[in-house]
Amino acid sequence: MSGYWSGILAILAINIIFAYGIFVTATAGQLNLGGAGFMAIGAYGAAMLGEQLGWTPAWTVPAATLLTALIGMGIAFPVLRTRGVYMVLATFAFAQVVTGIILTQPALGGAMGLVVTEYVDLPVLLSCAAAVTLLVFWLTATRLGLAMRALHDDELVATLMGVPARAVQVAGFAIGGGLAGLAGALYAHHFSFVEAQYFSPLLSIYVLLFVLIGGTQTAWGPLVGATFFTIVPELLRIGGSWRYVVFGVMIVAMMMFRPEGMVTRTLLARLTGRRRHADAG
Amino acid sequence: MPDEALLTVAGIGKAFGGLSVVDDVSFTVPRGGRLGLIGPNGAGKTTVFNLISGVYPLDAGTITLDGQAIGTLPPRDRVLAGMARSFQNIRLMPHLSAVENVMLGQHARASGLGALLTPIGWMPRGRWRREAEALLAEAGLDIDPGDVVSSLPYGIRKKIEVVRALASRPKLLLLDEPAAGLNPAETAELARFLRRIADGGTALLVVEHDMGFVDEVCDRVVVLNFGKRIYEGSMAGARADALVREAYLGADAA
Repeated sequence: MSGYWSGILAILAINIIFAYGIFVTATAGQLNLGGAGFMAIGAYGAAMLGEQLGWTPAWTVPAATLLTALIGMGIAFPVLRTRGVYMVLATFAFAQVVTGIILTQPALGGAMGLVVTEYVDLPVLLSCAAAVTLLVFWLTATRLGLAMRALHDDELVATLMGVPARAVQVAGFAIGGGLAGLAGALYAHHFSFVEAQYFSPLLSIYVLLFVLIGGTQTAWGPLVGATFFTIVPELLRIGGSWRYVVFGVMIVAMMMFRPEGMVTRTLLARLTGRRRHADAG
Repeated sequence: MPDEALLTVAGIGKAFGGLSVVDDVSFTVPRGGRLGLIGPNGAGKTTVFNLISGVYPLDAGTITLDGQAIGTLPPRDRVLAGMARSFQNIRLMPHLSAVENVMLGQHARASGLGALLTPIGWMPRGRWRREAEALLAEAGLDIDPGDVVSSLPYGIRKKIEVVRALASRPKLLLLDEPAAGLNPAETAELARFLRRIADGGTALLVVEHDMGFVDEVCDRVVVLNFGKRIYEGSMAGARADALVREAYLGADAA
């Protein structure tokens, strides 16, 4: 495989994990526009643990994931006090604070970034992406996943069915944050370098687009969305600068014709040819 | 002890911005009893439901369910104490399938991390799913349990809401206009279904405008008008009551 394509596959694996992080939170009805902040915490967490304490990736990656999950849990409490567009802004502000802290701390490399010596190769990234995909499919099939999807549809009624709304939403933020952190940790170890500029608001917007355009109704959505957004811009390279125009038009068309995302439950039911499958995940 | 009170509502009141919507309302539902809550539009029936289920906080009064004071508990704890409700406007989860909506109703009974992390969506033969499908079938719903509810007709969705509430195995079932919008055949079938539920020991509290349905399902009625209780007793008594006839049933009701 050429270096070009293995680079794209690595980004694809990271994007899939990252997208699932945003998806899990979105499943419970919360839009997280601070994805880059969570990913940055995972990336810098893994980098610091590796460089300062000499831990190997086998330890830094899980530790960074756990750290980001805990921060996601902590952030959930103030964020869940807000609603709708204010929640989106709160998560966005959180990501800005994270990159702001990184830029001002010389210990974190500031604007120069950090070199990460321990390398994680492509097969590990792909295995992690596969494992996360399975994990999220499993999660959406559980009763916890059902409670999340119910909260997304109608919070009051879900509560009146006995769903502990706040606890489930906090769990959604923690799991989602953890997955975004995992994506960051893998990114740091694979590309051997982290810098605050990479974790920009644009990254948060992109990953939210993966999820919303892929579709939030089933766990297929982020997989399809992340793959589409990673591969298609590369394929469009033959068109030169026109690719930005073509890609933009494709996004607008998708929002017009498939507002619920590319993959919906009705689409899955039609594809499997058996309506019974519509509730499988 | 058939007459022992399951639900006791004592002197409850609620005002919105100085306008009193429910004023000093009291009634009881005996264990296994079937009480109808009737009255003209705007009489406060749905507000009473929202006060009992905890959607709104009480301004005054107390509510006791099965000996436990629930008037100040959050909605979820009232569900755990043994009540479940349906809604006047169908409030099923539109993106979930019929059977998933019913499995959501089981949530109050499925506590603990193990229950939360069981992949019920992958277990077509699992206990929760089998039970939910059986409940749908018992209610006479001839549908594919995997159908997403937003694709189902009104009458069926209305019934799924009742089934979802039943899935928690409540001691008390609150139904807000369960027959509204149903055709006569569907209404008669729903009445038969609710009688079976009540015969199984579940107490019913029903808000409804279809008096034939109330007659069929309930053994006693409370009449509200302008947030106040104006009558409590048998349906026949309500028909004969001058105040009730004037406020709600009309002169030709008898």
